[in-house]
Amino acid sequence: MVENRPWLTFISHLVLIIGLAIVVFPVWVAFVASTYDPKSMLSGVVPLTPGDQFFQNYYQIFVEGLSSAGAPPVGLMMVNSMVMAMAIAIGKIAISIISAFAIVYFKFPGRVLAFWTIFITLMLPVEVRILPTFEVTAGLGLLNSYSGLTLPLIASATATFLFRQFFMTIPEELSEAARIDGAGPLKFFRDILLPLSRTNMAGLFVILFIYGWNQYLWPLIVTTDESYYTIVMGIQRMVTVPDSEPLWHVIMATVLLAMIPPVLVVVFMQRLFIKGLVETEK
Amino acid sequence: MQTKRITFNNRWLPYLLVAPQLAITLVFFIWPASQALYQSVLREDAFGLSSEFVWFENFETLFDDPLYLSSFKVTLVFSAGTTLLSMGAALLLAVMADRVIRGSTFYKTFLIWPYAVAPAVAGVLWWFMFNPTIGILAYTMRQLGYDWNHTLNANDALLLIIIAAAWKQVSYNFLFFLAGLQAIPRSLIEAAAIDGAGPQKRFWTIVFPLLSPTAFFLMVVNIVYSFFETFAIVHATTAGGPGQATSILVYKVWRDGFVSLDLGGSAAQSVILMLIVISLTVVQFRFIERRVEY
Repeated sequence: MVENRPWLTFISHLVLIIGLAIVVFPVWVAFVASTYDPKSMLSGVVPLTPGDQFFQNYYQIFVEGLSSAGAPPVGLMMVNSMVMAMAIAIGKIAISIISAFAIVYFKFPGRVLAFWTIFITLMLPVEVRILPTFEVTAGLGLLNSYSGLTLPLIASATATFLFRQFFMTIPEELSEAARIDGAGPLKFFRDILLPLSRTNMAGLFVILFIYGWNQYLWPLIVTTDESYYTIVMGIQRMVTVPDSEPLWHVIMATVLLAMIPPVLVVVFMQRLFIKGLVETEK
Repeated sequence: MQTKRITFNNRWLPYLLVAPQLAITLVFFIWPASQALYQSVLREDAFGLSSEFVWFENFETLFDDPLYLSSFKVTLVFSAGTTLLSMGAALLLAVMADRVIRGSTFYKTFLIWPYAVAPAVAGVLWWFMFNPTIGILAYTMRQLGYDWNHTLNANDALLLIIIAAAWKQVSYNFLFFLAGLQAIPRSLIEAAAIDGAGPQKRFWTIVFPLLSPTAFFLMVVNIVYSFFETFAIVHATTAGGPGQATSILVYKVWRDGFVSLDLGGSAAQSVILMLIVISLTVVQFRFIERRVEY
């Protein structure tokens, strides 16, 4: 604060509160809509105060699902999303940290080639090679399976870079000392590199968990079996019901449940989240 | 490329360590991308029974196709709209959040969580509020004399997906702008204040120029986001409609490949998208190299 200008401070707070309201308002509307029964939803505009159907609606979607729209129970979809998000986050970190270790701590023929091959994946997001990737996955018999949902998304140039940059900053003395004491590469990796990388891994985990949870296009094309639906893509199945108005109270309840886990991760691991975000963009 | 001065010696271990990453990269990235390149110069029937080498005919058809050109235009408008709206709002909020002392953590926490919301979810939330029959915002606009209907009106539909995409992205831009603002030395601003420059003048002559590297970086990130990560918003809400009004490029690739089964055309579109990603990545990297020199 350079000088005291009460008016400007007042305006700052006002702008921030308006911004906050715009950010929160859609979620409030969704929450309100999820607490009414379907009839009151179809008779005019959605009210702005919650109704009395909260427990009934959430119980219904959690256990029974919306069979008329071909969507499985939300509980099952959340389990699928959780499996997918965890597998992607852990898988990406695991294979990236070992390849970064190989690239930084070994000299071997083909090292530069391996690095550039991994680098190229930055330029090939799923969206631009949808059809051929689908064909490969189908050819390997991975449709409608957890491995099909996660494996093709696990390669990560960003994570490999991040670990490479981090390893380059680790003092040479550590590996020298390890070698003098007779530690082999695997022991060095396990007892020195892994503990040092803990905060980097945690920051990266937060970002990758959100990335995995929010996947949409990929689950949409590799799953046709309802028992493998993830919650984010399951919403789409509920929204596009032919010949009738969508069941808004159920959809909005699902929407809220779909955003709770990643939002909780961001709010409660804010420091790690910001660290991960800033680092992955370097 | 650098390694450590002291390296380990092992004949097979490094290969074993890079093998998982390389295997996935080759099977799910490099091979499909080369398939896309190959298919983009073939004409195949929808059952994949016969194919014919046609050179660049697929690309020529694509650029003669008014639907593809209009999809390009829609994507540009969408991308520009999303980038401007989300960066403008984020900059305003970041400048204000940088000013206030009381409650800044509270504001920050409540402004960053939309980052975690999936694009599809953001789309459905706004789609619901703008629903022409029961949506609260559509109702408000009717009261104000504008008949909002994104199922019929192309501009309404485009505006809807821009708002949904921007809403989700504000939190990301806000975080980076705030970090950029906090990195500006206080002494510069204090010196300007002592010389009699008011808040507005200080912002435009000191803060804004110093923020421009951050702004440029965010612009590239936002363009990439609006080009490639917004498939879900379109697919879950407007489904490209009404007509082709919101059929952005990534949506059209998917639709032509999976719904219309036009393999050659879809592959040619994939190749064009790859070129766009590659050029954006190069821009991003050149910029980052420059930033390191500062």
